[in-house]
Amino acid sequence: MQISNAQIIEKLLATFGSDIIKCEEPYGFLTITADKSKNIDILKFLWNDSDLKFKFMTDLCGVHYPETSQLCVVYHLHSLVKNIRLRLKFYVNVSDPHILTATSIFESANWQERETFDFYGIIFDGHPDLRRILNVDEMEVFPLRKEYPLEDPNRVDKKDYFFGR
Amino acid sequence: MEDSLLPKFEFYEQCINGYITKSRYPMSHVQLINEIEKETTTLNLGPTHPATHGVFQNILEVDGERIVSASPTIGYIHRAFEKLAEHRPFYQITPITDRLNYCSSPINNIGWHMTVEKLLGLETPKRVDYMRIIIMELARISDHLICNSILGVDTGAFTGFLYVMQEREKIYEIYEEICGARLTTNIGRIGGFERDFNEKSIAKIEAFLIRFPTVWKEFEALFNRNRIFMDRTIGVGAISAERALNYGFTGPNLRAAGVDYDVRVMNPYCSYEEFDFEIPIGQHGDTYDRFMVLNEEIWQSLRIIEQALAKMKKEPAGVYHADAPGIYLPKKEEVYNNMEALIYHFKIIMGEIDAPVGEVYHSVEGANGELGFYLISDGGRTPYRLHFRRPCFIYYQAYPEMVTGGLISDAIVTMSSLNVIAGELDA
Repeated sequence: MQISNAQIIEKLLATFGSDIIKCEEPYGFLTITADKSKNIDILKFLWNDSDLKFKFMTDLCGVHYPETSQLCVVYHLHSLVKNIRLRLKFYVNVSDPHILTATSIFESANWQERETFDFYGIIFDGHPDLRRILNVDEMEVFPLRKEYPLEDPNRVDKKDYFFGR
Repeated sequence: MEDSLLPKFEFYEQCINGYITKSRYPMSHVQLINEIEKETTTLNLGPTHPATHGVFQNILEVDGERIVSASPTIGYIHRAFEKLAEHRPFYQITPITDRLNYCSSPINNIGWHMTVEKLLGLETPKRVDYMRIIIMELARISDHLICNSILGVDTGAFTGFLYVMQEREKIYEIYEEICGARLTTNIGRIGGFERDFNEKSIAKIEAFLIRFPTVWKEFEALFNRNRIFMDRTIGVGAISAERALNYGFTGPNLRAAGVDYDVRVMNPYCSYEEFDFEIPIGQHGDTYDRFMVLNEEIWQSLRIIEQALAKMKKEPAGVYHADAPGIYLPKKEEVYNNMEALIYHFKIIMGEIDAPVGEVYHSVEGANGELGFYLISDGGRTPYRLHFRRPCFIYYQAYPEMVTGGLISDAIVTMSSLNVIAGELDA
């Protein structure tokens, strides 16, 4: 039996109520935004629910929103039994970038959380080995945050106003 | 007087290896010596070991030949692709994707094009889909061919590698005919291809389809039931289906463990649902099963190419891109003679395509797993955020678990069969 997105939302709302902040479907991909303290509970619920069985984590990554000084942790889950995909989003503040680790549920979260820490400085509490993974250990910044420029910031020949933007 | 000029040593009495010795080094140094003489040895496998095919470092703790623990270090060729992508217009990101899994770059290129098309809501003609499938399956063959033949080299059989390498050359010649490049192909455009397949390239594909099966049969005859090869690979680097899923395995490595997950079937893209092919699966998830799954996938890819070629010929000729002015670059002669074409040309080159605000996740079945693109667009000329789901970055973390308890030579074979590509691993 195929489960519709509305049913998944209903199930989540019934269990987590006001912790679910937003449900949307950009390009048909169910996206749930929820309170960051509930991330493990929601992942466990989705794993255990006999109708959903989201037992495969496709992807985990971070996003930086400097306007609201927030960082976002994005999980892409896949239920291989039902063949449905789900995106989970949890926002944390840049000043307090703590969120619980998912390594107890998914082994695959290990390196992906390290990568997210490496590039965004999101601290996954309880992670067994939270070190930098792709960048050098001595690096002091979190390079994928928007405030770190790609090129020399003093360079003027690539400024937008030269292109009428 | 004489005595005071000599340096004063303090002597410590210590027991090293059962002998009471006098040492002028303090206890901490002796502990260091004891550490060196401990029962296990620390061995650096890599970063530039010829048997690791790329920049991989593994610090192994070995007891004789047995691996007690392994800890991989990655990131030696990290090139900040995700940061780069945030500063480039969509069409300039294609060359970045080339450098992820460079053994099958057309799949990455086309996967990226399809992601942008999904964001823009662009439909491609059927003929373009079939052309893309031909290219992607050729890329899959060339990738699997390298992986399997290198596995042969690592087990001591060089002949197979040299023999099938010629055929990869043929595939590269087909790429060359279509896009002009060989390894980092930058093939196709958003909306289709830069040019139509010419007669020569179709003739080359057909010649490949005739010649390659005989070559691959011979390759299989060298390996599949070879006693030495089987002894080296059966039961080596095995992983159970459950662990593989938990580790986020995808692609041939997951299928070798017995899970029939293939993006081409689960979430068909590019008209894959019209094709008749089978998904081979293994049982034990060991090196031999991975080898056999890759072998069988090559046969299935050949089947798909044959079907795609037949389907392509039925479609109206000369259609090789979507009719999408403002997204697909107009022809050069039109740019010089036509006002609109000139405007579009300028806008596209400057990256001013009208991208909507939104986020898409698109995944394709890459040669070594599910290659995903998570694209967040804020309506600007560049992605707000682009994340590559790189399959081997995710499954390579299972490597310590897979090699622990085995021999060093098994570790080499396991890495080789996992099809870990350094460029994709380190992004």
